[in-house]
Amino acid sequence: MKVLVPVKRVVDYNVKIRVKSDKTGVDLANVKMSMNPFDEISVEEAVRLKEAGVATEVIAVSVGPQQAQETIRTALAMGADRGILVKTDAEVEPLGVAKILKELVGAESPDLVIAGKQAIDDDSNQTGQMLAALLGWSQATFASELEIADGKAKVTREIDGGLQTIEVSMPAVVTADLRLNEPRYASLPNIMKAKKKPIDEKTVEELGVDIAPRLTVLEVTEPAAREAGVKVETVAELVDKLKNEAGVIG
Amino acid sequence: MTTLLIADHHGDGLNDSTLKAFSAAKALGGDVHVLVNGSGCQGAADAAAKIDGCGKVLLADDAIYANRLAEPKADLIVSLAGDYDAIVAPATTSGKNVMPRVAALLDVMQISEVVAVESADTFVRPIYAGNAMAKVQSADPKKVITVRTTAFPATAAEGGSASVEAVAAAGDPGLSTFIGEELSKSERPELTSAKIVVSGGRGMQSGDNFPMLEKVADLLGAGVGASRAAVDAGFVPNDYQVGQTGKVVAPELYIAVGISGAIQHLAGMKDSKVIVAINKDEEAPIFSVADYGLVADLFNAVPELEEELKKVL
Repeated sequence: MKVLVPVKRVVDYNVKIRVKSDKTGVDLANVKMSMNPFDEISVEEAVRLKEAGVATEVIAVSVGPQQAQETIRTALAMGADRGILVKTDAEVEPLGVAKILKELVGAESPDLVIAGKQAIDDDSNQTGQMLAALLGWSQATFASELEIADGKAKVTREIDGGLQTIEVSMPAVVTADLRLNEPRYASLPNIMKAKKKPIDEKTVEELGVDIAPRLTVLEVTEPAAREAGVKVETVAELVDKLKNEAGVIG
Repeated sequence: MTTLLIADHHGDGLNDSTLKAFSAAKALGGDVHVLVNGSGCQGAADAAAKIDGCGKVLLADDAIYANRLAEPKADLIVSLAGDYDAIVAPATTSGKNVMPRVAALLDVMQISEVVAVESADTFVRPIYAGNAMAKVQSADPKKVITVRTTAFPATAAEGGSASVEAVAAAGDPGLSTFIGEELSKSERPELTSAKIVVSGGRGMQSGDNFPMLEKVADLLGAGVGASRAAVDAGFVPNDYQVGQTGKVVAPELYIAVGISGAIQHLAGMKDSKVIVAINKDEEAPIFSVADYGLVADLFNAVPELEEELKKVL
């Protein structure tokens, strides 16, 4: 069984981002970039499937600039077998990424795609579901447990009221939530080994996909700032302020 | 223009998120029709018909929709989409699951978690965990939108008298099967609609200490939440999580106990009206957004809070 894992290069989750003063976007110059944390969880899950003898090959795919190759290398160091970089300097929306992935799925015929449930830059939470739709595949989003048996995937999903378990036919798209696993740190020998693993490069044009954006970003602004308030000395003072100053209790 | 709102409901009635998303749908400017989809959901359809300003209710009641599986639900919505200029759903896990599938089937780029409707094609949505707000304009002929419900007021649940029209099921592609559900049972208000939320973080040290917070919550009629750290550590179940990738809440009062205030947590609660932070680390980032901060050991402060609240409530 082949597993395809899309990985996205995003601003590192620890970075406090800054909005550009001309309101055209977020300042990405000299900012630390990393693999989207949800994609790390997807890679880990795929590698574990391989280690368990369920998957035979794990392919890491990224859509982005040349530097997205580093993100693929990270996946390779975690244990993915090879990579595909679809090179573009354009901002590609989730619909465009899903269309690109559909072409790669057509060429690679994986049985399973494991994607992160959302990227922490645009917070869209769309690509996995869109890919499943375009392929006519089943989808199991927000997975916290995944079990493959008899050509089916049994997936426990994190939903608003608790947990839901479904069984989906394969091939399928699964999207990873936080508690699916804890991704490993790549060891130095594996980082060295990853340098020798192959990464194919493709272009959007080669794949014949229209990625023209549907949304125009008119402006990006800072959210309304919240002022720090006051420190209270005692619990009694806190309760008094909540009741008599803020008027939110009693 | 006409907008189709996909209702979140519990069979007999509507979830609060539907009334809030209705306000966003209304702001698009046209008529709003509501799709109630499930198995045994006549009660929810009758409730939807009473929403103030509701134009029509479509009821698709069929056993195949019993468990909100994405594939049959998306196919149903797509089968109805021809009559509508916009399709809107609350950004609950159900909406987030099904709407991108609908969008891709319609070849539309979805606009996720809108917090403001500027016009029928222009919306504001948070990006980077709410650390930036993007105003985006959609060129798609049909809009597919999910709504961050905390950003919109609830439309009045009474006042309308729309007709309820049954629509045929769109068939089951048979791609997925429901196995089971493990839902948290709680008498407390649901997090996203609670007026007061009391949340615990890693500082709680163990799930065994959460009853301490629950006592305070019950005095206040509050919901109980948690930071990701507390959920990851197994103190409480996943549906307690408040944050960028968990639930987004904006209650009148948010009390953060033993929560340091990572960016990802702040993203889920910083629009609360009044924020209280109780933490023994006075450098904790949570204090930078708190209206009232108390630097104290929570194991002393929380029982004391319970006693003080008993005096004034």
